[in-house]
Amino acid sequence: MLPFILIFLLIGSIVPVLLKDKSNFMGRGLVILPALASFVCLCIAGGEVLSSGQSLIWTREWVPSFGLTIGLHLNGLALLMGLLITGIGTLIVTYALGYMGGKSGTMRLCSLLYLFMFAMTGIVLSNHLIILFIFWELTSVSSYLLIGFDHEKASARRSALQALVVTGLGGLALLAGLILLNQMTGTWMLSDLLTGDYQVAGHPLYTGCLILVLLGAFTKSAQFPFHFWLPNAMAAPTPVSAYLHSATMVKAGVFLLLVMQPVLGGTSEWSHSLMIAGGVTISIALVYGLRQADLKKILAATTLAVLGILTFLIGIDTKYSILAALVFLLGHALYKATLFMTAGAVDHSTGTRDIRLLGQLKKTMPLTTPAALLAAFSMMGLPLFFGFLGKEYVYKSVVGGSWLTIAVLLIGNATMMVLAARAGVIPYFRKSIGDLPKKPHEMGLLMTAGPLLLATLGLVIGCFPGLVGPLISFAYTGIVAGAEPYTLSLWHGVNLPLILSLVTFALGFTLMKVLRPAAAGKKVNESTFADTVYEHVFKFVLMVARWSTQSLQTGRLRSYVIIILVSSCGLILWKLVRFGGWPTFEGIGQLNPFITILLVAMTIATLFAVLSKSRLTAVVSLGVVGYGVSMIYAKYSAPDLAITQVLVETLTVVLFAWVVRRLPRYRKLSTGFERFMDTGLALIMGGVMTVLMLKSQGLLFGPKISDKLTQMSYPEGHGANVVNVILVDFRALDTFGEVCVLAIAALGVWALVDKVTTKGK
Amino acid sequence: MSLLITIMAGILFAAGVYCLLRRNMTKLIIGIILLSQAANLLVFTMGGIRAHQPVFADSETGTVAAGHADPVPQALVLTAIVIGFGLMVFTITLLMRAHAVLKSDDVNEFNHTDALP
Repeated sequence: MLPFILIFLLIGSIVPVLLKDKSNFMGRGLVILPALASFVCLCIAGGEVLSSGQSLIWTREWVPSFGLTIGLHLNGLALLMGLLITGIGTLIVTYALGYMGGKSGTMRLCSLLYLFMFAMTGIVLSNHLIILFIFWELTSVSSYLLIGFDHEKASARRSALQALVVTGLGGLALLAGLILLNQMTGTWMLSDLLTGDYQVAGHPLYTGCLILVLLGAFTKSAQFPFHFWLPNAMAAPTPVSAYLHSATMVKAGVFLLLVMQPVLGGTSEWSHSLMIAGGVTISIALVYGLRQADLKKILAATTLAVLGILTFLIGIDTKYSILAALVFLLGHALYKATLFMTAGAVDHSTGTRDIRLLGQLKKTMPLTTPAALLAAFSMMGLPLFFGFLGKEYVYKSVVGGSWLTIAVLLIGNATMMVLAARAGVIPYFRKSIGDLPKKPHEMGLLMTAGPLLLATLGLVIGCFPGLVGPLISFAYTGIVAGAEPYTLSLWHGVNLPLILSLVTFALGFTLMKVLRPAAAGKKVNESTFADTVYEHVFKFVLMVARWSTQSLQTGRLRSYVIIILVSSCGLILWKLVRFGGWPTFEGIGQLNPFITILLVAMTIATLFAVLSKSRLTAVVSLGVVGYGVSMIYAKYSAPDLAITQVLVETLTVVLFAWVVRRLPRYRKLSTGFERFMDTGLALIMGGVMTVLMLKSQGLLFGPKISDKLTQMSYPEGHGANVVNVILVDFRALDTFGEVCVLAIAALGVWALVDKVTTKGK
Repeated sequence: MSLLITIMAGILFAAGVYCLLRRNMTKLIIGIILLSQAANLLVFTMGGIRAHQPVFADSETGTVAAGHADPVPQALVLTAIVIGFGLMVFTITLLMRAHAVLKSDDVNEFNHTDALP
């Protein structure tokens, strides 16, 4: 059952590309169907899991030698997240079809949305940590494509790249963190990590692992100091923002924190980093949100704040706070996706998202208005809505804790009320109305069905929390060790959380009166400090890259050769010095007169080859050197080499003489200083190589392979000439490769010679 | 005796490197040829060298007399000579082609593929 959930989504990403006519009823149905099928599949599997109380596990071998398996599992948390992803995903795809309205690119958007849905579902279903990481990266890549969907716009491209850079770096950190986690616990399986008892807190790798995993989670969930990419990601089309940047992708980080909490949690490092990051994110986000006039930016700010609250709750790290995080997460997904979709509808209808201009839309948009209103009420946490329940549990989990945490959450929730009113109430009910670029009208069913459904769901499960109670309770018991099943209920009697809720309402309504949205025409501050820092760092990296490229890649052979020589000389010298000792000078006494004369002649010839002004002299000198080398081979027991060398040398001299005729005379090109430097470098290189050769002659690396080959030559290879047998028998494949190289070189020469000769004429 | 041969290889290395660093095209070719000779000698002397002891098996007994030369470096060098020749021919042709197009023998100007106006 589990793989089908993913396979349907993969099919979904291909279907839109294959469809030719997409605007008719059938076409749209076919595009929506895979997501729906996946959702239904998950519901069936979920029913099984809930009734049995056991999580489903599905495993297939992938690379057994690395212990890599494609492991999927469905526990309570995965089910909760999976239902949100596929359920909201179905509605988003429907909405996207209406939003794009058959424009070109509609199918590209749907296909990418499916790809993302696949990746995200993969994250929550993965059991193997490496598989989880692969899906994690896939969400980064697909979100890059989605944010940069309007790729003609420079701002969209920049935002997409920014999101990719930030989340991609976090992904790398996460990979390292997961590997460290495996080193500590010895398992790759999440199902083991969630149930087993691993004492990792005192492990020397713990801090490193924690930092790396948190980097992954914080970048993905846009926690301080990586919060800046999320508001910029609003450059994406609204369906994308509604899906990725509110309901799902940014929750991947929270999901990661939730599944890591049983293993890595329970320490003060864990609590403090999460609470600080969460708390700072809440405050930054809300201050930013209050200064925005763009509907989507406001919603992005509240999303940031909610992610901050979730991180904060996981950081508190009590049974109750995890439960509260789950309830809050579900509530947020429902109302935030709705608000984004209604914002998109407003944008479509009026041509603007500026709340300073919008008003009076309740008359013209009778279907969008109730959806937005219900979602805004849920976000404010008004009683009977699911958001109220979420807020109650949040307060419940901090009661008895420090007053500071209560204050943070209280002010946070009150400010969220203000922003909820701005996003979901003001555009529809404000009396005044500005100059709208377009005449408002209601959207079609494709764009209103989803928001209405989600908003109503928020009200229904708010009134009857028993509907989702078992799901939340199962998710809760699955990730919190020793947790008792919990029954969600609406009324808990008059207690401190209720009083705190009332205080929040009072504070929220006061703030609404005090903080009016910015007046029309007033400039809104768009960029943030963190964004500027990112920009500078980004430019600095580019500058360093440009500098290093320019200084290394000069386009001149000489500088490349120098770099290679200096580094190889340095490495050899380093190794020689580490090896220590001087080479032994054996056999100096027995100078062979023939060889001595030969070597002196070769040395003179070499000098002529290098220094001679006449090119013909150089050619002849090269010939002397080559034939000299072949004599060395002949003298020192290598007749085959000598013969080959003589043949090759003859060909080389002939060819070179033919070439030299066509080239101009020598010119003086280098400066005296360059010649001096090069002479020094060349002498050093020659000296280092000589020392290396002397040192290496005294070495014996283990049993010699030559002896074995020599013994086998006649009986096994049926040849008396051992060198030949090695070439054509023992190492025949090498020789075959050599023949291939020669053939390729010959082909190249043939092609080039053809051009050289015709050009010459 | 190997001392003198290693010094010879060192001289060939130095000469090859010096030529490789020149801007003239002909010198570049000379440098490549010298370097490949030097590299062959380096591999050849690796196993220690012996005069007049080629590795031939006795056709009667199938054994090789003791004190023979090391066959493996020889096999490697044999391959290297041939490959080096192929490489050299290809390089020369490539340089000739570049010369025909760019009308220059200065290697520093070999950083674009179009003839100068």
